[in-house]
Amino acid sequence: MVDADYALEARGIIKVFGNHVALDNVDFGLRAGEIHALLGENGAGKSTLIKILTGAYQPTTGQVLADGVPVAVDNPQQAQKHGIGTVYQEVNLLPNRSVAENLFLGHQPTRFGLVDRRKMERDSRDILERYGLDIDPASELGAHSVAVQQIVAIARAVELSGKVLILDEPTASLDRNEVERLFEIMRDLRAKGLAIVFITHFLDQVFAVADRVTILRNGKRIETRALDDVTRTDVVRLMLGKDVAFSGATGVQDARPLGEVLLDFRNYGRKRSVHPFTLSIHKGEVVGVAGLLGSGRTEMARIMFGADAADEGEVHFEGKPVSIARPTDAISKGFGFCPEDRKAEGIFGDLSVRENIIIALQGKLGWFSALNRDEQMEIAGKFGEAMDIRAASLDMPIKLLSGGNQQKVILSRWLATDPAFLILDEPTRGIDVGAHAEIVRTINRLRDEGLALVVISSELDEVVAYSSRIVVMRDREMVAELSGKDINPGVIVQAIANHKEGTAS
Amino acid sequence: MSRSLRPLVATAIIFIIAYSLAVMQFPGMFSTRVLGNFLTDNAFLGIAAVGMTFVILSGGIDLSVGAVIGFTGVLVAVLISWAGFHPLSAFAIALLVAAIFGGVMGLAIHYMQVPAFIVTLAGMFLARGGASVITQDSVPISHEFYSWISSLIIRLPGGGRLSFIGLTMVAVFIVGALVAHRTKFGSYVYALGGNPVSASLMGVPVARTTVGVYMLSSVLAALAGIVFSLYTSAGYPLAAVGVELDAISAVVIGGTLLTGGYGFVLGTFIGVMLLGLVQTYIIFDGTLSSWWTKIVIGVLLFLFIVLQRLIFAASAPGEKAAEKG
Repeated sequence: MVDADYALEARGIIKVFGNHVALDNVDFGLRAGEIHALLGENGAGKSTLIKILTGAYQPTTGQVLADGVPVAVDNPQQAQKHGIGTVYQEVNLLPNRSVAENLFLGHQPTRFGLVDRRKMERDSRDILERYGLDIDPASELGAHSVAVQQIVAIARAVELSGKVLILDEPTASLDRNEVERLFEIMRDLRAKGLAIVFITHFLDQVFAVADRVTILRNGKRIETRALDDVTRTDVVRLMLGKDVAFSGATGVQDARPLGEVLLDFRNYGRKRSVHPFTLSIHKGEVVGVAGLLGSGRTEMARIMFGADAADEGEVHFEGKPVSIARPTDAISKGFGFCPEDRKAEGIFGDLSVRENIIIALQGKLGWFSALNRDEQMEIAGKFGEAMDIRAASLDMPIKLLSGGNQQKVILSRWLATDPAFLILDEPTRGIDVGAHAEIVRTINRLRDEGLALVVISSELDEVVAYSSRIVVMRDREMVAELSGKDINPGVIVQAIANHKEGTAS
Repeated sequence: MSRSLRPLVATAIIFIIAYSLAVMQFPGMFSTRVLGNFLTDNAFLGIAAVGMTFVILSGGIDLSVGAVIGFTGVLVAVLISWAGFHPLSAFAIALLVAAIFGGVMGLAIHYMQVPAFIVTLAGMFLARGGASVITQDSVPISHEFYSWISSLIIRLPGGGRLSFIGLTMVAVFIVGALVAHRTKFGSYVYALGGNPVSASLMGVPVARTTVGVYMLSSVLAALAGIVFSLYTSAGYPLAAVGVELDAISAVVIGGTLLTGGYGFVLGTFIGVMLLGLVQTYIIFDGTLSSWWTKIVIGVLLFLFIVLQRLIFAASAPGEKAAEKG
């Protein structure tokens, strides 16, 4: 793949963290004057690749080439020198400083050793004008909307680098008009010969603005294609790794009698988070939630558990209307929630396995009925055995356990509270195959014991294997509810990819 | 008005009102004599507070300031009175020692990722302990250079005197303001206080800036120590205990946000003057215990923290609704 046209190229990149291969022989070529979308689910290696291109990480093996010449990119400043500028999802600028200073920080024009503020502001005005912004360069950046800050960040990156622009989920917090404005700027920059990498979870946006797409999955490059040659369904299929085979249903459950309705969400939703959805969940069933990252599946889980309060609709629990505005409301009714980001939101890394198991139960019991150590040991021991948690001791810090064992601890934490309803967000992400199978077995067992479960997963095979119904999310909206024969990967992929005509943004 | 200016304006207004009220009660307070003494009496505090302003703007804190003032006083006194150094060489040595001291604290804060609070607390004990190891007693300084410096006075109409050390403080404030607001180093300090992650992604030399900030603070504290020794003509290991807290108060009352990123060096000047005003008022009154100073400072500090909360919470950055607050 020798191509002198590439403004920036990564060749044979392998990146290993410990014994985890984050990138496996990935090639990535970026031409001047193109917008190149980079797609992949969480953990596919997108951000690792970007960090290597911008110098935040060093590849284990492989090369980065700028204009066909191998370059060493050791840090973000050096990337800047090679013409590579990056704009991150969270605008990485300084809201406490003026717009002009944000554009020029580190490169301010000086006179007699002092910053020449007048020149800086004059130059800023020229730059901002080119991006269609009519704002006072002396005004504080934080006083402007996120969209304006985003454009200022792009302007800074382009002014300082000028060859390659990497946009890491720039549209995540923008509304439709702002996205359109951003796209205009991107097209404009493309016409000026800039090479742009565009990372997003929104397929519509990829098809609206990008020329080519590279899809990563599990650290491997799956495809690089011109977007004219692919359909939406192809892209989703490549991302999720389904070489579908629109075969018949693979893992359909026997039509078993459903238990009584446990929970009934009616037009339940939260502004800027999830569109109102209506869903009843029965005892003894697993409702699978499928959708791409950013489709609103995690947000749905969070409002079900009260981690975010719903602002629309109502929920009935065992037939009675209830309010679930806080996690404590949910826990008191017997809900449990295993969040997606296990490290940040699930475990207490420095606490022991035992403490991690009993903490939700203790929370439910309240302040005044502390579990003594023996009771704690008994409970932890029971679940440690039942869930086959492999730890040298229940008193070792949970952060030393493998991902799979950590997940089992979190499951045990909720099972100890004797729950009626469990929400599992990506319970099998980042854990090894053996633990994976055990978690799936546990899900099946809990269902048979009469629990109601909602399980979010990107692994379609897995969702298909244990769900009795599947809810498909797209663009923060519940777009389909599949059951019976429709529970198969082919139908799900189509439901995810299905694109309502006329709503392209 | 920009958000960061509001606390400064509030401080200035409070100072003017407080001063007017004081003058109404004691007309004698409105004189060049009182104003001149304001500068002289608070010179060491003001100089240390400039350094503290930089530290707080960068999102840090420096608890070693008072101890460095004490240590410098003792070091200078011992070098001059016992070792026979010329005061100027003694000053140079003291400033150099402080620069190294501050630099090491900065390195520890940046590379070991230890909170500044802890590192400078250790620095405080080290400097205070070091001073006491050198001597337990007050070491008097009698050198013709000291008498000469004390004689450098600009007489103002009305009997006021502008002393050398008072003018030194004013000069430090002017240079400090230029560095903070008009140099790249200054913009890096604000950047660090705003968001250290963004700052490093934007290419701010974070290590160099952090070390520079603590070095500057220690050097200014040493300068304050020198000024204090000129003021008292002695070095005493327990001098200036708690001055770091007065300096922090002056900085916060002067409108600098304690979490960093917002503030003005000039504001600290008004903060120092406001503290001086309270002290002078209590001296004029004569019946009040001097501990009332502390109570007034406490009340002012509390008011300002509440004020800043209100101002910054009312227009949190990134909120589209608060486009114009």
